Amino acid sequence: MATVSITVNGNKVSRDVEPRTLLVQYLREHLGLTGTHVGCDTSQCGACVVHIDGASVKSCTTLAMQCEGASVTTIEGLAKDGKLHPMQEAFREHHALQCGFCTPGMIMSAVDLVEKNPGLTEDDIRHGLEGNLCRCTGYHNIVKAIAAASKTMGR
Amino acid sequence: MNAPTGIGASVRRKEDYRFITGQGTYTDDINRPGQAYAYFLRSPHAHAKIKSIDISAAKSSPGVLGIFTGADLAADKVGGLICGWTVTGKDGTPHKAPPHPVIALDTVRCVGDQVALVVAETREQARDAAEKINVDYQALPAVVDPAATLKSGAPQLHAEAPGNLCYDWDFGDKAATEAAFSKAAHTVKLDLVNNRLSPNAMEPRVAIGEYDRATDTLTCYSTSQNPHVLRLIMCAFIFGMPEHKMRVVAPDVGGGFGSKIFCYAEEVACVWATRKVGRPVKWTSDRTEAFLTDAHGRDHVTHAELALDKDGKFLALKCSTIANMGAYLSTFASSVPSYLYALLLAGQYTTPAIYAEVKAVFTNTTPVDAYRGAGRPEATYVVERLVELAARQLKMDPVEIRKKNFIPPNAFPYQTPVAVAYDSGQYALSMDEALKLVDYKGFAARRAASEAKGKLRGIGFAAYIEACGIAPSSVVGSLGAGVGLWESASIRFNPTGSVSVFTGSHSHGQGHETTFAQVVSDKMGVPIDQVEIVHGDTQRVPMGMGTYGSRSLAVGGSAIVRACDKLIAKGKKIAAHLLEAAVEDIEYDKGTFKVAGTDKSVNMQQVCFTAYVPHKYPADLEPGFEENGFYDPSNFTYPAGTHIAEVEVDPGTGHVTVAKWVAVDDFGKVVNPMIVEGQVHGGVAQGVGQALLEQVIYDKQSGQLLTGSMMDYCLPRAEDLPSYTVATTETPCPHNPLGVKGCGEAGAIAAPAALMNAITDALGVEIDMPATPEKVWRAAQTRVTRQAAE
Repeated sequence: MATVSITVNGNKVSRDVEPRTLLVQYLREHLGLTGTHVGCDTSQCGACVVHIDGASVKSCTTLAMQCEGASVTTIEGLAKDGKLHPMQEAFREHHALQCGFCTPGMIMSAVDLVEKNPGLTEDDIRHGLEGNLCRCTGYHNIVKAIAAASKTMGR
Repeated sequence: MNAPTGIGASVRRKEDYRFITGQGTYTDDINRPGQAYAYFLRSPHAHAKIKSIDISAAKSSPGVLGIFTGADLAADKVGGLICGWTVTGKDGTPHKAPPHPVIALDTVRCVGDQVALVVAETREQARDAAEKINVDYQALPAVVDPAATLKSGAPQLHAEAPGNLCYDWDFGDKAATEAAFSKAAHTVKLDLVNNRLSPNAMEPRVAIGEYDRATDTLTCYSTSQNPHVLRLIMCAFIFGMPEHKMRVVAPDVGGGFGSKIFCYAEEVACVWATRKVGRPVKWTSDRTEAFLTDAHGRDHVTHAELALDKDGKFLALKCSTIANMGAYLSTFASSVPSYLYALLLAGQYTTPAIYAEVKAVFTNTTPVDAYRGAGRPEATYVVERLVELAARQLKMDPVEIRKKNFIPPNAFPYQTPVAVAYDSGQYALSMDEALKLVDYKGFAARRAASEAKGKLRGIGFAAYIEACGIAPSSVVGSLGAGVGLWESASIRFNPTGSVSVFTGSHSHGQGHETTFAQVVSDKMGVPIDQVEIVHGDTQRVPMGMGTYGSRSLAVGGSAIVRACDKLIAKGKKIAAHLLEAAVEDIEYDKGTFKVAGTDKSVNMQQVCFTAYVPHKYPADLEPGFEENGFYDPSNFTYPAGTHIAEVEVDPGTGHVTVAKWVAVDDFGKVVNPMIVEGQVHGGVAQGVGQALLEQVIYDKQSGQLLTGSMMDYCLPRAEDLPSYTVATTETPCPHNPLGVKGCGEAGAIAAPAALMNAITDALGVEIDMPATPEKVWRAAQTRVTRQAAE
C-alpha cells in the first residue's frame, strides 16, 4: 500500500492505495467521485478526462501515485458556488448530451481546449475533440456548444 | 413570459443537470455494502472442446470467495439463455435454437465464451485468480464467414442445427415476382455485404446481483433498456422463480442502441452467484469484453435484383440473404433478418411483387442481434442501392426514378406486397424539401469545382422507410414473438398537485424525462417542473416492455395519454360535483374544468386536492387521483424521409469528405424538436460510421476477433463527421393519440445507403461498406484505368 495525497476539487485528501491504483479508481472507488467515467481500456474514449494542475488528462492512464501533491479537478468541481461553468451551461443549452456518459470527459476536454486556444474555428474544435468519443450526438451539438462557450468563457 | 413547455416546444432537458455536473447514477456508480467482484474467464479459442478445468490453484489465490463453472450452474438447474422470437422456416419447422448455457459446459463456440466465474474481494484479485485456472482445451476448426459456414465440410457448431443452419425462411410472392422478372424490360443486379458492427454504447455493461435474506428477494442492477423483460426472462425461463421475488433496476444507462435489450450471461451469473457467496456480486465489463460479448449488428451477405419496365417503373424486387447469427441465438436475433427486414423491402415505392429468402446461420462469432434500426437499415440499404443503380443504368435522374415510383399521398392506407400496411406518408414532400436544402440544382457546378481541384464529387439519396413503434401484439404474436409489445403508464397526482409518472419505457439518452413531462404537462395543465418521470425499476414501475424499435413515444407516450384521459374523465365527475353541474356539461381544457356556457370553473389542483380530501365528493366515486394506462398499438408507425449526402473523394488518397448532409424526416407530430434533431444527428453518425469506418473483423482461420478494441475498431470521431442540415415534414400518425411516429433509428437507417450512393456516384464503381481509404483508392484507380481505356 502507498499513501497518496492529492488536492481534489480544492480539498486536500489522502488515501492508502495499492501502487497499481489508477487515478480514475482513486477518484471513483476511494473518493466516491463517480462523475468521472471509464468507457474503454485503451485510452481512446476520453470519458475519464480530468484536469491535473490545469491540464486535461485521461485519468484511466494515470497512476494515482503520479498525482502525489497535484491539484486535480473533476466534473464535480467545475461548477463554482452553485453556478454552472459556462461550458456546462452551453452543453445544456445546445443539447450537447444524450445518455450523458461521455459528457463529463467531453466537458473537461472542452474547457481545456477553449482555455488554451482562443478563437477556435469549427474545424479546430472537431480536431481538438480527437481524444473524446460520443456515440449518441454525432458531435453536431457538442461542436455548437463548445463554439458558444468559447465566446462566453472568461467574460 | 415563460418559454413554452408543451407539445412542440424545444424544452431544455430536465435530466441534464445531473449529467453535466457528474451526478448521474449509472450502474457502475452503485456499490452495495459488502460487495464482491466478478470476473469471467473467457475462451481464447473460437471453437474448442473443454476437456477439463482445474481450479485448485486459483481457489487458494488471495481474496477468492468462489469459483464457478458451467457444471455448478447446471447442478442448480439454472436454465440457459433464450431466444424470445420463433421464426418458422420454408419447410414449416421452427428455427433451431440450440442450448446457450450461461457458462459453457463442454464446448466453447466463440472467442469470449464464458468458461468460469471468479468472485473475489476485489476486481484485481478476481482477475489474478482467473489467471491461475487451468483449462485443457481441444481446439476445433472454426468458421466465421456467413457464406462459408453453409458449405459442406464446414466446421459444425451445434448438433441441433445441422449444416449450421438456424432457419431457411422466405417471404412474399415468389411466383408473381418471377413472372414480373420474366417480362421486365430491365433488370438491375447487385451483390451487397452489410458489414458487421459493434454497437459500442459509451457505457460498458454492468451487473450487480444482491440477495436480501430478510425478504428472500433478489435484486439485479443492470444496464438494461427493458428491466421488466429482463426480469421476465430470468424468472420464467432461467431461474424458475416468481417475479415478485426479483427486482431489476436499470438506473441511468449510458446508451444502448439495441445492445442492452438482451438478457446476457453476466447478469444471470451475478444474480445466481450472490446467493452462493452470500455477498452482493458486481461485474463491470471492460471495453474489450464489450467487443467480445455485446451482441453485434448487421452482418448480411445479399444478392438483390430489381425488375423495371422500359420507363423505369419498378415491377418486382427479389433478394437472397445470408444472415450471420453468431455462435448462439441471442434474445431477439431471429426476428431481425426476417420480419424486421423483408417486410420493409417495398420502401417508399409501389413495387407490386417482392420476394425475399433468408438463411440465418451459426458461426464461431459473437451473437448478432438488434442494433439501431435492426433489419430496417439492411432493407433500406438493399432497396436504395438497387434504385440508385437502376437510375444509373437507365440513365435516369435518381430523383426522377424515385418520384415515378413513390406511393402517392392519396393511396394511404397502402397495403404493400410484404404484409405491412403503411398508414400515412408524403414521400415527395420530404424529398422536395431535401432537394431545396441541398441545392440540387447547384450540384453540377459544385461537382465541376471539385473536379477542377482534382477531386471527385458525388451525391447520393436514400428515401427510406421504417416500421417502428413496435408493435401490435397480435401481429408480432402471429409472426412468432413470445411477448406482447404494448406499453404501460401510471400517473399519480400527489395531493397538492404535483405529478409522478411511472412509465414502462426506459430512457438511456432519449430524454424521456423531458418529452414525457411535456406531454403530461400539456394534457393535464400542470407546470412541467411539477412533473417527474420515473422509469427503470420493476419495483416502482408497472410491468412494461421497455425501449427499442423507436417505440417509446408512439407506444409508451400513448399509454401516458390513456392514463391522462382516465384522470380527466374522473376529474370531470369531481368537478361536476364541486360546481353542482351535470358531468355532461363539464368541458375540459388544459387543466381547467368548466361548466359549458358559464364562467364557473375549477382547476386541476382543486380537483386533485378534492380527490384526496374528499369532504365534498360524489358518493359513488373512489377517492384518489391516480390511473393506469396500457396501450397496444393497432399498427406499426411508418416514419419516412429523404437523406441526401454529398461527398468529395480524393482519388489520390481514397479519403472521403462528407461535404453536405441533408435529412428531411417525417416523424408525424414532434413533441420536442430539439431532442428529435439530436436523435437524427446521432443516428446519421452511426450510419456514417457503418458506411465509412466501422467493421468487426474476425480472422478467417483462427476465428480471433481482430477488432477488439477502440484502437482497432474505428468509431467516428468529431473530425470524421459533418454538420448536418436537419428538417422535418409533418404527416401525423393517424392511429395513435399523439400522432407521433418515432425518430430514434431513422438516421441509422437512411445514412448508409445515402452515403454509399454518393461515394459510388463519385467513383462510378460499386463498392461495399465500409468505404475505407484503401477501398476507395482502389476503386478510384479502376476508374482512372477505365477512363484511359475509353
